[in-house]
Amino acid sequence: MTHTISLSVNGERYTREVEARMLLSDFIRGEVGLTGTHVGCEHGVCGACTILIDGVAARSCLMFAVQADGAKIETVEGLASRGGALSTLQVAFRDNHGLQCGFCTPGFLMAAHEFLNGPDVSTDREVVREAISGNLCRCTGYETIIDAIIEVAGMELENRK
Amino acid sequence: MKPSPFEYLRPDTLEAALRALSDHKDRDAKVLAGGQSLVPMMNFRVAAPEVLIDLNGIGELSGISEEDGVLRIGAMTRAAAVKSNAQVALRMPLIPMAYEHVAHATVRNRGTLGGNLCHCDPASEMPMVMLVCEAEMEIAGPGGTRTEAAEDFFLGTYTTSLEPDEILTAIRIPFARPGARFAFEEVSLRRGDFAMVAVGVRLEAEGGICKSLAIGLCGIATVALRAEAAEAEAAGHELARLNPAQLAETAVAGIPFEDTATQTAAFRRDTTRALVQRALETCLTSEAT
Repeated sequence: MTHTISLSVNGERYTREVEARMLLSDFIRGEVGLTGTHVGCEHGVCGACTILIDGVAARSCLMFAVQADGAKIETVEGLASRGGALSTLQVAFRDNHGLQCGFCTPGFLMAAHEFLNGPDVSTDREVVREAISGNLCRCTGYETIIDAIIEVAGMELENRK
Repeated sequence: MKPSPFEYLRPDTLEAALRALSDHKDRDAKVLAGGQSLVPMMNFRVAAPEVLIDLNGIGELSGISEEDGVLRIGAMTRAAAVKSNAQVALRMPLIPMAYEHVAHATVRNRGTLGGNLCHCDPASEMPMVMLVCEAEMEIAGPGGTRTEAAEDFFLGTYTTSLEPDEILTAIRIPFARPGARFAFEEVSLRRGDFAMVAVGVRLEAEGGICKSLAIGLCGIATVALRAEAAEAEAAGHELARLNPAQLAETAVAGIPFEDTATQTAAFRRDTTRALVQRALETCLTSEAT
């Protein structure tokens, strides 16, 4: 049995027939064709598949696509401008060497994106560490990722003054 | 891996959800809350329900309110919402203390308090917290609603007293009494992982006398438990004369600790003892709420 779902991904509307068991991560990659959302562990441990659903960060491997009917999804592809210019956060990751192999990066970017736009944004190293503690990186040792997020958090707090 | 095929239902009222559960009771029907435990199990095919009843469209199951000295948290209220709620922090400070150790932000965004409790993982913090605050579960079934004390609800590993055709609708938590003190301690491999051991303490005192002490433990047995012998040992005594080290010894005395793949029984016993002692010291030196 299939379900017709209609949802927005990075501002574009997609209407598709899906099986109930199709994971949202597989829908984004296979049906929408946006492969920036990476699938690592498929059981909610690694955080590589993190997206925003109605503005809230979630693991897309722990939701079924049918549950996202009517939702507004944002993926890593939505961070850069349409012309391809990287977002401030993406630039900060590049400048601070916040990535090496890049597999975990989309998840980190989306988790950090929620943190930086949320009420608890902070330049405190421990707070940032806690904010990204649900994402695994096997290359960087995290310190450079934290550096990148702190840099943007500083700008964000300055902007909010 | 990918989940097995299933039929997906999304009722928009509790009544419709209960009817769906009854209608499909011969087909291994399961309710879906936040999905942060059930969906991984389905991805691994450890769980393969034939019918999945999604509760996420039922607004009446979410929300936090209070009435007659009781805090009521709808079962589908997200962990993130409970963790950051000022009313919860005021009425039962142990809950936000414990949530600092529960999973990570993105999991708490989706995971629900009710789902967490019904999953009943032996190393999960929240069932233990419910034992310590002596919460009651509000349960709806085909015959109406019933309430059950936390101590009767959590039965064992992944096992609660919930019948297959019932749904947990809310959790009722008595307000912290004036003068109550709380502490929470945990050891886990990484912050946010399931607890190797976690300890929650509620201490109520009046005029320098310990009126009631509740010590909850999780991660060390098939289900969260209370250290009743240590609790009884403290009740009625002057706070100044309570000995945290002695009470912690009593707390672990009756527990048959076993070796696990990564930890010896002696390590688990000693860790538990140390955390109980630390939590009691924190309570005894902290300001009453």
